[in-house]
Amino acid sequence: MKDRLPGAIVKGISSAGILVMLFILYFLFREGLPVLRSVTLKELFLGDLWYPAENPPVLGMFPLIAATLAVTGLSCLLAVPFSLLIAVFVSETAPRPIREFLKPILELLGFFPSIVLGFIGMVVLAPWLQETFDMLSGLNLFNASLLLGILTVPVVSSLAEEALGAVPQDLRDASYALGATRWETTRKVVIPSALPGILSASLLGIMRAMGETMVVLMAAGGAAIIPLSVFDPVRPLTSTIAAEMGETPVGSPHYAALFFGGVILLVMTLTVNLLSAWIEKKGKMVR
Amino acid sequence: MRKTAAVLAGIAILSLSGMAFGAEIVMNGSTTVLPIAQAAAEKYMAANEGVKISVSGGGSGNGIKAIIDGTTDIANSSRFIKQDEVKAAVEKGTYPVPFAVAMDALLPIVHPDNPVKDLSIDQLRAIYSGKITSWKDVGGEDKPIAVVGRDTSSGTYETWQEIILKKERVSPRALIVASSGAMLTTVAKNKYAIGYDGIGYINDTVKPLMVNGKKGSAETALDGSYPIARFLYMFTKGWPTGEIMKFMNYMLGDEGQKVVVSTGFVPLRILK
Repeated sequence: MKDRLPGAIVKGISSAGILVMLFILYFLFREGLPVLRSVTLKELFLGDLWYPAENPPVLGMFPLIAATLAVTGLSCLLAVPFSLLIAVFVSETAPRPIREFLKPILELLGFFPSIVLGFIGMVVLAPWLQETFDMLSGLNLFNASLLLGILTVPVVSSLAEEALGAVPQDLRDASYALGATRWETTRKVVIPSALPGILSASLLGIMRAMGETMVVLMAAGGAAIIPLSVFDPVRPLTSTIAAEMGETPVGSPHYAALFFGGVILLVMTLTVNLLSAWIEKKGKMVR
Repeated sequence: MRKTAAVLAGIAILSLSGMAFGAEIVMNGSTTVLPIAQAAAEKYMAANEGVKISVSGGGSGNGIKAIIDGTTDIANSSRFIKQDEVKAAVEKGTYPVPFAVAMDALLPIVHPDNPVKDLSIDQLRAIYSGKITSWKDVGGEDKPIAVVGRDTSSGTYETWQEIILKKERVSPRALIVASSGAMLTTVAKNKYAIGYDGIGYINDTVKPLMVNGKKGSAETALDGSYPIARFLYMFTKGWPTGEIMKFMNYMLGDEGQKVVVSTGFVPLRILK
């Protein structure tokens, strides 16, 4: 009995966590699905006009979904190569004192409050972009992606660094013993064997960018259009939900549509998450 | 969620402490009315010992919902109650009573360097619906117009939609910002921008425009000559009684109306 007690407690607590998750899921679907009473799935996913306050509301979420994908994609394009370079530097080439100095800093940067970054984007970066390139507005896809990239770098680089660090020293030693240089060892031995970890780190970074709200709310411009240039203003799902939820009559189609937007986001992040788990599993099997 | 929690906590405290510590009033709703409500609550609490007023801003819709659900005593709203909300209230058996407590005037704003001074309602409509895209067409430089609007569920947007755009849709290319403060920053930092904001928010960082040749001010809003003005409301749960009635009387009296002026809004009457 005594032995079982700790196990039972742990089980209880963890199943409570799962229960909360299930409850959130149930709640999202319960509030979101009624939107299908006022629009069809096709209109919701492929409609390109978002006028939720009209009567009847026009609830085309395609520009919002496109914006989420565009912002996430561009930010990862900017951030992932950079984070991987940092990870390789910290893990493979940096001398020990520098590594011990950089690692905690990277991890701390991961907790940088996004609203501060959003504010910088709005007050500093946007006017600068607008003045320098004489564009219509500095609040656009590029601005938001750059800021999201800054948020993603610490996450991806510290996780990728861990993946690189987990490569057994024996492999490195074997490579050196064969006469390979450090660069060759890093490129041909360490990175390939840490690849699943690096990929899943990148995917976690993508998830971080996808779910980010404050930065895109403040810096992305908020126009619900399908972006055709990186300097177009966009309105991702997250900022739409954040901006509109407060003043929406509860139970209206608009309210349900915002929750449905939450469901779409959940499905998107879940897909990325499962992909990352799958890659990690695959990687373990190879190793 | 936190706001709901705060309101719930407020109710919990109210029901626990009861009348022993005097009355407690919970206010929720529009962020536009928030500065008025907050300042009035502070002054009222200072004058009436033992009364506690907690004010939070979650948007007009949330405030009216809280009145319907009975989780707040006073709902602040920058718009009148909607038909659906009246229906919901009737179903729940509550009776929200509106009080106009102040007026808000919306002013079109541009960057201080913009030479344009005056726009008609029709020109504003054409700009916001995307038919006019260059400042040249309204007497300015040959530069594109960066249209900045508010998110479609804010009370400010609704007023603008009703008075300026009427049946037209705001161009999907318009930039959308989520608050009055963000609107000000966005327009102040972009020399091509046009936006709109409540008179109480406007400062020297932007240039307000005249509308149909009328300068937006307290006087022109009150005498009805300035076209973009609206009433701000407080809704009570049924006809107010007790401490809530006293507070509403204070709000509508000269003292409360002075608070309205001090927060940059337009009082219901010109005060001596």
